[in-house]
Amino acid sequence: MVESEAIDEQAFRLEARAWLKANFPPSLAHVPGLIFQGDRHTAEANADYQLWRQRMADKGWGVPNWASRYGGADLTSLHGKIIGEELTAIGGFNPIRSYGTMMLGPTLLEYGNEAQKLEHLPFIASHERRWCQGFSEPGAGSDLASLQTRCTDMGDHWLVNGQKIWTSGADQADWCFAIVRTDTSRKQGGISFLLIDMASEGIEARPIVLISGSTHFCEVFFNDVKVPKGNLVGQVNQGWTIAKRLLQFERNSLSEVKADITPLSPLAHEYLGTDALGRIDSPDLRARMVHNAMRHEAYMATVHRFAQEAKNGGPSNGVSTLKNLWSGIIQERSELLVELMGANGLGWAGDAYGEAEREAARALLHSKAFSIYGGSFEVQNNITAKHTLGLPG
Amino acid sequence: MAVLNEEQQMLKDMAADWARERMPVTALRSLYDHGGGGRADSIGYDPEAWAEMAQMGWTGILAPQDHGGSDFGYLSLGLILEEMGKTLAASPLLSSALVAVSALRMGGDDAQQARWLPGLADGSVIGTLALDEGPHHAPERLALAATPSGDGWTLSGIKRPVQDGMVAHLAIVAAHTSGAPGVRDGITLFLVDTAAPGLTRTPLDQIDARLPATFTFDKVIVSPDAVLGEVGQGADLLDALRDRAAVGIAAEMLGSASQAFDTILDYLRTRVQFGAIIGSFQALQHRAACLFGELQLTRSAVELALVAIDEGDTALPALASLAKATAGDTLHAISSQMVQLHGGIGMTHEHDAGLYLKRARVAEQCYGSTAWHRERWARLNGY
Repeated sequence: MVESEAIDEQAFRLEARAWLKANFPPSLAHVPGLIFQGDRHTAEANADYQLWRQRMADKGWGVPNWASRYGGADLTSLHGKIIGEELTAIGGFNPIRSYGTMMLGPTLLEYGNEAQKLEHLPFIASHERRWCQGFSEPGAGSDLASLQTRCTDMGDHWLVNGQKIWTSGADQADWCFAIVRTDTSRKQGGISFLLIDMASEGIEARPIVLISGSTHFCEVFFNDVKVPKGNLVGQVNQGWTIAKRLLQFERNSLSEVKADITPLSPLAHEYLGTDALGRIDSPDLRARMVHNAMRHEAYMATVHRFAQEAKNGGPSNGVSTLKNLWSGIIQERSELLVELMGANGLGWAGDAYGEAEREAARALLHSKAFSIYGGSFEVQNNITAKHTLGLPG
Repeated sequence: MAVLNEEQQMLKDMAADWARERMPVTALRSLYDHGGGGRADSIGYDPEAWAEMAQMGWTGILAPQDHGGSDFGYLSLGLILEEMGKTLAASPLLSSALVAVSALRMGGDDAQQARWLPGLADGSVIGTLALDEGPHHAPERLALAATPSGDGWTLSGIKRPVQDGMVAHLAIVAAHTSGAPGVRDGITLFLVDTAAPGLTRTPLDQIDARLPATFTFDKVIVSPDAVLGEVGQGADLLDALRDRAAVGIAAEMLGSASQAFDTILDYLRTRVQFGAIIGSFQALQHRAACLFGELQLTRSAVELALVAIDEGDTALPALASLAKATAGDTLHAISSQMVQLHGGIGMTHEHDAGLYLKRARVAEQCYGSTAWHRERWARLNGY
């Protein structure tokens, strides 16, 4: 039994390797997939990216473990893991990966009705429909359930009025999955989960300029927006349960980002010099880099261990713990990268700074968001304390 | 938790039950009572409990089957060490069943294995490593000299601290047969009977109630068949041995840290102040949540290293240092917080927090401190 599975695994690996070699455009090797995921215009302007996206969509390998009627390939998560490993090995990326595959898709699979799944999942699986997440509001950040965007039952449709904020990519999105208030008399119990076409009349998305210069996040205004009745997922007022599930998928995808972290040591030798014993010539900075790198290694082992335990039916309540470890370790690394570059790591623009140097500065600024989005550091600690450690609320 | 097979799960459950019933923290108190004046006749462990451990086969877990062992591997022994760490069970299990047996398995010839392994496996012989000579673990500076004498060698110098040194029958002694301190070439490991003439053992009354020793070698004569491995070529064997010892103590530290954390949680769930259970205060909840994260990193690093030994992974040196340094950081923080979060009662001899704190500080220094292992990891990774 084990043996035949092992053979199957090896055979699939070879099959995946051959197909990827034949179909992944070499021009995209080692290009970070995030630049296409994050920007519609970059994605549309790149013919090789479009070719790659279409091939993966036709093959169903962007979401290999989804059913083929939803655009997947009817495979297991082990197959998916192998595809991912083979893709990484050739410097490739999954062109289908998106908020749709990471968050909405898994949620619809659990809570959506068949009509909703058939209407949306195939377009997520082909990455032809970009989604944004309408959760936070000006008055509902960490206390998300206090959201006020109203959704009124007008008989033959829903009417949505209100404002969302920190909505990633809303100005480029085709659709929005949102949580809205359908009952003002109860907090969590008055929330519903709604799918909204961003082309609807009455929606305006305005980009927000962040400290890093990024305009990725938007505020979104809903002014008498009509939404078809069939776009409500699950039951009316069941939205908080669905949203919490979706947030688990989100935290999971955030903390599982492997994001090939290259060691800082070669750069550190380059910028700081090497002492007579071959060490980075800055004892204090070196010590902090080593500490951070070791934590990262232990963190990666923890991601792996939690995944193993989940597969074996063990405890998997650790998503909040992982997210906080990850954000802390990566934020510290971003600081260290700029610090080792010194003044050269502080450039905003201009040829006086190398591209990697400018990126390091922006990345440091951007990294401050890691412990805020997807549930802040403090909220994650609240969750761990109450749900994992059983401390009183 | 690593993925365990059925035998390993049984072993872990058995060790947990036994430690809870037979070696709770009160057993350590009865062994040596620093708060009550102490027992002058302490030997740092309980021979009856040791016999039970041997009876259950724990002393032979790493020994080959044809020498009376079960050959279950390091992950299995690590599971037991973790359980022993939870109740601070004092015994020579790490020194003897892990370190000494590893030395003979990796470096011993047929005759040496036949002479020592059966006794080590059945617990009738206790072994240990005599390596450190000064306040810090510094294998690169070891200075104990072995000079040729007749067809054998004469050892002169000092080893301190030697873990479980007062009760060990066999010491694996690292010495320079040639070359100066600081040079890898010329290091030789010797199997030395601790009853050998010229070897004086003096107990060290350490804070954690274990009883390491100072070994003074005054022209101790050893025969040529006492050489473990090749003369002058012991540095690699010593490195491999230290890696295994570091991972073993890290497993014990993981157990101590997880029990200390559970004790903290129990207190946070029951102690009432300001009319509220103190575990409902966010400042304390967040401190506990952060410590829980550190504990997860430690479990991952320790299990990774144990499996690496069993699988012969060539990355073991870096993984062993990762495990020991991570366990060191975590146990250091949790043992300090165990006192802090219990407040005044945590400062009393009556409460267990102090015992965890004392054992933590000793374990942190054993087989290379946190700083030593971080530096080593740094070197191995090009920093």
